[in-house]
Amino acid sequence: MNSLTLLMFLPIIGSVVVALTPKAKEALTKQVALATTLVVAAATIAMAVNFQRDNVDLQFVEKYSWIPSFGINFAVGIDGMALVLILMSTVLAPIVVLAGWNEAHGGRWSVKTFYILILVLETMMIGVFAATDVFLFYVIFEAMLIPVYFLIGGYGTGQRSAAAVKFLIYSLFGGLLMLASIIALYVMSGDQGGHTFDLAALSQLQMSSTTQNFLFLGFFIAFAIKAPLWPLHTWLPDAAESATPGTSVLLLGVLDKVGTFGMIRYCLTLFPDASKTFTPMILVLAVISIVYGAFLAIGQRDLKRLIAFTSISHFGFITMGIFAMTSQGHSGAVLYMFNHGFSTAALFLVGGWMISRRGSSTIADFGGLQRVTPVMAWTFFLAGMSSLALPGMSSFVSEFLVLVGTFTRYPVHAVIATFGIVLAALYILIPVQKALHGPTTPGNENLSDLNLREKIAIAPVIAIIIALGFYPAPLLKVINPASAHVIAQMGFTDPAPTNGDK
Amino acid sequence: MEFVTPVLNYTLLSPILILLGGALIGVLVEAFVSKALRPITQLSITLGSLVLALVQVWRIRNEQSMTAAMGSVVIDGPAVLMQASIIIISIISVFLIADTEHFTALAAALPGSDEERHALQTGNQVTEVYPLTLFAVAGMLLFPISSDLITLFVALEMLSLPLYLMAGLSRRRRLASQESALKYFLLGAFSSAFFLFGAAFLYGYSASVTFAGIREAVVGGGGNDVFLLIGMAFLSVGLLFKVGAFPFHAWSPDVYQGAPTPVTAFMAAATKVAAFGAMLRIYYTSFANAQWSWSPMLVIIAIITMLFGSLVAIAQRDVKRMLAYSSIAHAGFLLSGVIALNKAGLEASIFYLFAYGVATVGGFAIVTLVRDSAGEVTDLNRWKGLGKRSPWVAAAFAGFLLSFAGIPLTSGFIGKFAIFSAAYESGAKSVVIAGVLSSAIAAFFYIRVIVLMFFSDPVEDGTSVEIPSALTSITVIFSMVVTIALGVFPAPVLNFISDLATFIR
Repeated sequence: MNSLTLLMFLPIIGSVVVALTPKAKEALTKQVALATTLVVAAATIAMAVNFQRDNVDLQFVEKYSWIPSFGINFAVGIDGMALVLILMSTVLAPIVVLAGWNEAHGGRWSVKTFYILILVLETMMIGVFAATDVFLFYVIFEAMLIPVYFLIGGYGTGQRSAAAVKFLIYSLFGGLLMLASIIALYVMSGDQGGHTFDLAALSQLQMSSTTQNFLFLGFFIAFAIKAPLWPLHTWLPDAAESATPGTSVLLLGVLDKVGTFGMIRYCLTLFPDASKTFTPMILVLAVISIVYGAFLAIGQRDLKRLIAFTSISHFGFITMGIFAMTSQGHSGAVLYMFNHGFSTAALFLVGGWMISRRGSSTIADFGGLQRVTPVMAWTFFLAGMSSLALPGMSSFVSEFLVLVGTFTRYPVHAVIATFGIVLAALYILIPVQKALHGPTTPGNENLSDLNLREKIAIAPVIAIIIALGFYPAPLLKVINPASAHVIAQMGFTDPAPTNGDK
Repeated sequence: MEFVTPVLNYTLLSPILILLGGALIGVLVEAFVSKALRPITQLSITLGSLVLALVQVWRIRNEQSMTAAMGSVVIDGPAVLMQASIIIISIISVFLIADTEHFTALAAALPGSDEERHALQTGNQVTEVYPLTLFAVAGMLLFPISSDLITLFVALEMLSLPLYLMAGLSRRRRLASQESALKYFLLGAFSSAFFLFGAAFLYGYSASVTFAGIREAVVGGGGNDVFLLIGMAFLSVGLLFKVGAFPFHAWSPDVYQGAPTPVTAFMAAATKVAAFGAMLRIYYTSFANAQWSWSPMLVIIAIITMLFGSLVAIAQRDVKRMLAYSSIAHAGFLLSGVIALNKAGLEASIFYLFAYGVATVGGFAIVTLVRDSAGEVTDLNRWKGLGKRSPWVAAAFAGFLLSFAGIPLTSGFIGKFAIFSAAYESGAKSVVIAGVLSSAIAAFFYIRVIVLMFFSDPVEDGTSVEIPSALTSITVIFSMVVTIALGVFPAPVLNFISDLATFIR
């Protein structure tokens, strides 16, 4: 199983099978969807085993001519970073399907449609990380919005259609700016040796620094909306509040990673000089995101919005790690993307179970869950600890790497960002205290604890969080060569570590 | 005075001749065939001549000739591509026109008169719409292949006059329909006058009415440039009116809304191909060397047209008016293909025109299906929850809207990418930036319709979705297949266009 194309098409095949299942047999539909995502996850793991860790070139490269008159190819290939993100996406998918077994029932449309959308989305999630043709990347980047849009608007709660539209308009706007940049790249490639969208060829283009700055912004704004970076984040809390927990996991855990992934893969590779020019500004935005996201998270009354704001803070860390331009910062950022996927998944899924049992997402409505539903309470607690990067949890390793990597070059930013950790303790511990401890709030006495299906779904997430917290080496060995390669290509060398008393 | 016998190449002219012949037979059918047999006879004649014309176009696809009609028309690759696009769009539009539900029983009767009531009771049908369509299509085929100003003007009138009539044939809201026909006619006549005025000045400038002659004069220079500028400006007014570009767009929302929807579909899609075809030819050949005189003007018009169309469309509450403003925005996008003035621009424009035309007919085909007891329902508020009642119809409409919005994996995206990259290549960066921004604005109102259809609860007010007739289904399915196929695998069509798209001059 070494073909990315095949991997991409597996979920599509699954979605066709789902479409063929009889409407009355909803359980069968779900089983097919779950089986498909499990097969895809297994296939990805098999690929990961065959991945050569020390080879910094793209691997599993495939290239088919698609639209030759524009020089467009269906070209895929992955480095360590892309592998890690694909792995995260495909492992999260079956967890989301299993955890949200009954999520589709409150929707506008049938259960079948829900799983078709999820599977189509999975194909695109693999493709967006695997694409090495800028046009292909853009096509998937934009086309991905449609299934998510219908997942939020069709199966969400509350102001779902408004949230879906807000999400779509923000993303489309960013995407169109990126399109303008892509058109410019395409035209320049035509002037310099023939039209192409090949990422490697485009990164060799000669362009004036003004052009580079503009094109960089086209890409960066699209990614900053996606990621989301302050001040372009306002769509996220609404979308997360309205979407089902499973959709939120895919949205924040995977889709938003396309933003940070794109910053590395496209912004840094295509526009190294412009990236350096804008680094100071972006770092400031990242630090603001960290602190701002944390402060707003503290103030949230709604559990889902709280998780959304913690993510904004976390994406600030990731962006800071990327633009710190050190290999530790980079490795930390990529590892952070992976870890954030799982810790957010844990928070959203357990949070989602709490909300669906209680029938309310207001934090104040919970209370004393520790006594009524001990397993659920403990899982939520662990998820929270992972989100605040407690040592022993996977996020600690990545947050530490990002801070260390940033400190060697930008000590002031790193120091301010450290406050984000302190605030994280607040935004996690306050809801933990309100929801889990203390006397049981009236109305909560009869809540049921996690059932077997839910336990099976959440167990791997918690296991990964803790295992990688103690032993992150397997992932770092894949990520480090890729990060070092990117940093070296940018012409940076890591500053020598300094003593604290400098 | 010596009279030269005209030498005509009948093979190359055959597509137009076939259609005119079909139209004339259609007129005779009106006179001699019994009422009961007329609809089916007319429909067969119309479709038959369109298909035959398409076959002829296919057979002459590799021909090139400047002398097919004594230098009045030119047959080359772009001509063939545009003619084929127009015919294909016309065929799928005729499928919609075949639904008599949309047309008045007796066009000559006053609205609300006894005569009209009688005609309705006896089941009268305006089968004359078929020959009118054929006349219009023949004019449209002639328009982009004309190579002198006189033929261009004749073609313009030939395609316009039947359309003026057809716009007034609506069965419901007849006054609005007749008003729109009158408005279209008066403004059209006005713009024709501008066109002629410009043609006269161009003759004064170059002492020739042929495109080749004007081109020679422009290349050679030495003429009175004031005449050239005035001539180009007024000629452009006439053409910009037909494509519905700002500030000559005022007719289009009213006409789109008032005309019977099948006619709107036909007019919106096919006229655009014909008008842009003629525009591309004259700008790419005759005026190419005067680029610096017209390009800045067109850049400004294109930018304003895109932004205006997209912004005003947001405020629309009627689906036909919304599509009208959207078509204004698309006229702006298409103008960037004219501005590009390179081979890529020509190829992109042809692709865009075909993709947009087919999606437009498909979109209007859906509009014809949403009805209540009083006819079509075009008020968008009553489209709420359409996705619940008829998921497939709503999904198809959503597909066309996404294509208009230029979302990847639809033909609209490939078209937009192609046309903007061509414009960028020619240095018109401002147009590309405005285009991208207005695409973002436009996405908003397309998506709002999708929200209405899928995310709002249905209102029980008698709005229902008609079971589409077989012909309408063919139109919708064909349009959908083309829209997706050209979005996912556009390579064969792009290659085909690329091989043919070179103007001979």
